[in-house]
Amino acid sequence: MFEHFFADPKTIALGAVTGLVFGFLLQKAGVTRYNTIVNQFRFRDFTVLKVMLTAIVVGAVGVYAMLQMGMIKGLSVKGAELAMNAGGGAIFGVGMVLLGYCPGTALAAIGQGSRDAIVGVGGALVGAAVYAEAYPFLSRTLEPIGKLGKVTFADVTHASPWWFIAGLAIVAVGLFAVLERHEKRATHA
Amino acid sequence: MVNLIRKSQWSPYLAGAGIGVLSWCTFYFMQKALGTSTSFVGAAGAGVCAVSPEHVAENAYYVKEYGAKGGGFKPIFDWQMALDFSLILGAFIAAKLGGSFKKEWVPTLWSQRFGPSVGKRLVAAFFGGFILIFGARMAGGCTSGHGISGSLQLAVSSWTFFVSMFASGILAAGLLYGFGRGTGRGKEVGHV
Repeated sequence: MFEHFFADPKTIALGAVTGLVFGFLLQKAGVTRYNTIVNQFRFRDFTVLKVMLTAIVVGAVGVYAMLQMGMIKGLSVKGAELAMNAGGGAIFGVGMVLLGYCPGTALAAIGQGSRDAIVGVGGALVGAAVYAEAYPFLSRTLEPIGKLGKVTFADVTHASPWWFIAGLAIVAVGLFAVLERHEKRATHA
Repeated sequence: MVNLIRKSQWSPYLAGAGIGVLSWCTFYFMQKALGTSTSFVGAAGAGVCAVSPEHVAENAYYVKEYGAKGGGFKPIFDWQMALDFSLILGAFIAAKLGGSFKKEWVPTLWSQRFGPSVGKRLVAAFFGGFILIFGARMAGGCTSGHGISGSLQLAVSSWTFFVSMFASGILAAGLLYGFGRGTGRGKEVGHV
């Protein structure tokens, strides 16, 4: 596995710059805090949902616009294996609450001084090694269930992606309006 | 601009929009989607490889994630691994500039519920991290690769992950902290 350890310098430099900006934004958003993440799942702090939904809507508009204008060649969609996606998501949710960070925010949390995140990343590395051993079994049992390939909701429904993006934007803005109103009332009370 | 950089916390909408624009850049300039968890497999594989290279070469998962077309492996220290390392630095800079850098072993919310024991917190963090990556690799991505990048592409896999992750997180947080609704937001914890 070590014959070519490093990718070319340009690829590494671009990855490093991306990580620098991403880590900066995650920390400024406050989603690198244990309290912020756990309180999202307790419905006491909606920062995580606000950050994610905004990123999704803004990202979707730009990426689909670039795709339509031929500025990017294609998308980078992960294959739908519904049993694996749902099962993995359920396991992930438990880990995220217990650790209080997700993989990216755990790394970012190390940078802001959260020492528990270092141990969490250690556990994550062991988890990755154990998963590699479990994969041959899972690939025979769970992986074939609900295997649809690299599809989007636009592909599955044969509808324009813009319907979904518009729908998401409306739901997001509506939700944000309700949340802001509710939070304003809570702080004034 | 200087004032903004010095702020300890940004509006979640501003930071979220920034992440959205960052994903335009990775698609346009690098033909990549933001993601963080595959590199944990690369790092774990490198560790196992130091003990038994044959084992890594024969394992279907390392081959699936890192196998090169003509046999052998692709570089482990790639775009995403570089991204992962500099996440630490990016957050460090943000925290220092915003004055929010703080050495902390036990988060306050955890401490209110489970006490100030560092050992207890670290055991939970270790197992939490273990479960987290096991789930991420099973699902094929994490909160960045599926949650943000996949969701913005309207991927069926990613929204399946997102909904399942959220439902499970609500249940887990309820079991750990109690399901009751408090009056304050984030101030108190369920039945301490």
